[in-house]
Amino acid sequence: MSIIKLLDEFSSEKLTTKSSSRREMFNTLGSFGKKAAAAAVPFGLATSGKAKAATAAFFQENSAVDALQLALTLEYLEAEFYIKALESGVLTAGRAETVYMQISKHESAHVDFLRAGLEGAGATPVDSPTFDFTAGGAFDPFNDNGIGQETAYAQLLALAQAFEDTGVRAYKGQAGNLMGTAFLEPALQIHSVEARHASEIRRIRGLEGWITGSMRGDGMPEATQAVYDGEENVMQGGVNVTGLNFADPIVGDVTEAVTQAFDEPMSAETATAIASLFIVSDE
Amino acid sequence: MKKPLVKVDVLDASSEKSKNNSRRKFIKLGGLGIAGTSFLLYGCSEEEFNPGGSPDMPDPTPDPDPGMEVFDLGSGDVGILNYAYALEQLEAAFYTQVRAGAYYAGAPQEEKDLFDDLYNHEVIHRDFFKAAITSVAGEENTLPDLEFDVSSIDFDSRDSVLATAMALEDTGVGAYNGAGDRIADATYLTLAGKIVSVEARHASAIRSLINPDSADFAGDDIVNPENGLDVAYDPSEVFDIAGDFIVTEFTANNLPEPMTGA
Repeated sequence: MSIIKLLDEFSSEKLTTKSSSRREMFNTLGSFGKKAAAAAVPFGLATSGKAKAATAAFFQENSAVDALQLALTLEYLEAEFYIKALESGVLTAGRAETVYMQISKHESAHVDFLRAGLEGAGATPVDSPTFDFTAGGAFDPFNDNGIGQETAYAQLLALAQAFEDTGVRAYKGQAGNLMGTAFLEPALQIHSVEARHASEIRRIRGLEGWITGSMRGDGMPEATQAVYDGEENVMQGGVNVTGLNFADPIVGDVTEAVTQAFDEPMSAETATAIASLFIVSDE
Repeated sequence: MKKPLVKVDVLDASSEKSKNNSRRKFIKLGGLGIAGTSFLLYGCSEEEFNPGGSPDMPDPTPDPDPGMEVFDLGSGDVGILNYAYALEQLEAAFYTQVRAGAYYAGAPQEEKDLFDDLYNHEVIHRDFFKAAITSVAGEENTLPDLEFDVSSIDFDSRDSVLATAMALEDTGVGAYNGAGDRIADATYLTLAGKIVSVEARHASAIRSLINPDSADFAGDDIVNPENGLDVAYDPSEVFDIAGDFIVTEFTANNLPEPMTGA
């Protein structure tokens, strides 16, 4: 499924006559589905007026339930990704497989937890979208199309890094929408787990566990840059942190260290755009 | 392991005087000369250690120096910011000392680089909180520079350093997670979020160093395997752990309660 086709699907009237699961998703989420049109351009460069209008409508809701539905959608993506990764045979016994098994356990638990939480709050959890982890043929992380074990393995790790770093930023971006609700604390508890995952995946890939500037890191496809844009921020609470008179000397480059020391939130719009690159509509 | 010296007594008897004398106290504590340039190893006699004290009990000798009032972290968001600032001071002091120790001196470059980064991040967090709280609440309401006792840690030993780093980072994650629901201003909540995920990245990396090729980076001992949730600690739990290292007395009598009663 191509990205252009994805745009057509999401931006056409046909979306209301899709299969029941997709219709239910749209019904529950209001304009969430339409907003996924923002994903038409890889990793979040949405520019169409239609997508912007749909996004604006979505954010008027801005409720805790919307935040949780977005979180659930991201958890569906991660949970299915790790299950398929473990089934793919691309991971051989060793560190990566051990790590993927642990992460898979967490992501599947997050799906269950969020579904139960939404149901407990009287909301209908969104159904899982249908995922295409090749992103329309751009990747072959499970070696389904014969790209070869080595390349598939590299893509499997690169996608995991992108998903985990996205998850950290997306949860952070939704914290404000969960203030004053019983969901804030568990959402924070999931948020930090995603950060633990991200650190380990990055380290397996030979990177540091933290993000420097807006650098996606060696070996990350350029299409993942939207995951890291904005991480170069050095203004915190109105303070330019690089300008502080540190009582102890910073080792190395101050600006790099400051950007590492703070992770940045990501808007629901950007998170949805990134996830939607891997979502296909049911035919 | 020494008894915790930080007093988190829930009595509000001391809060009034601490408010009234906060300015004088700041000057006094600031005069201890722990400006963060070096780690001050605190030596004191046994009776000063308040061996009967515990975070749940009022200190039997609450005011060893009548001229020095005890700082209270404060209420509302400022209280939470001071609470975070205390932890960041501890972490920064710890990593400063790690980098002065024999383990670090002889460590592989990869581990030196990692500890350089952790040191950088915690110094940045610490000094950011100091600037932010001072700007919002004034110097008199900003937690003074704390004094720590890390004599229980063997900085020559990789095992000791890594185990302590893990405990501190995991505690930091749990502290921020447990504090989120006590924050009133969304800007501060997001700020806490920006920092806690970095602490979690640290914790994961340290755990990975301790036990490579394992699931310990997010192990079942710290992430609930049933629901996939990380730890969330109340301040009293945090001070139970971190209090072992904190010499400077302060109180946390007015910290906000969780908004949702969680």
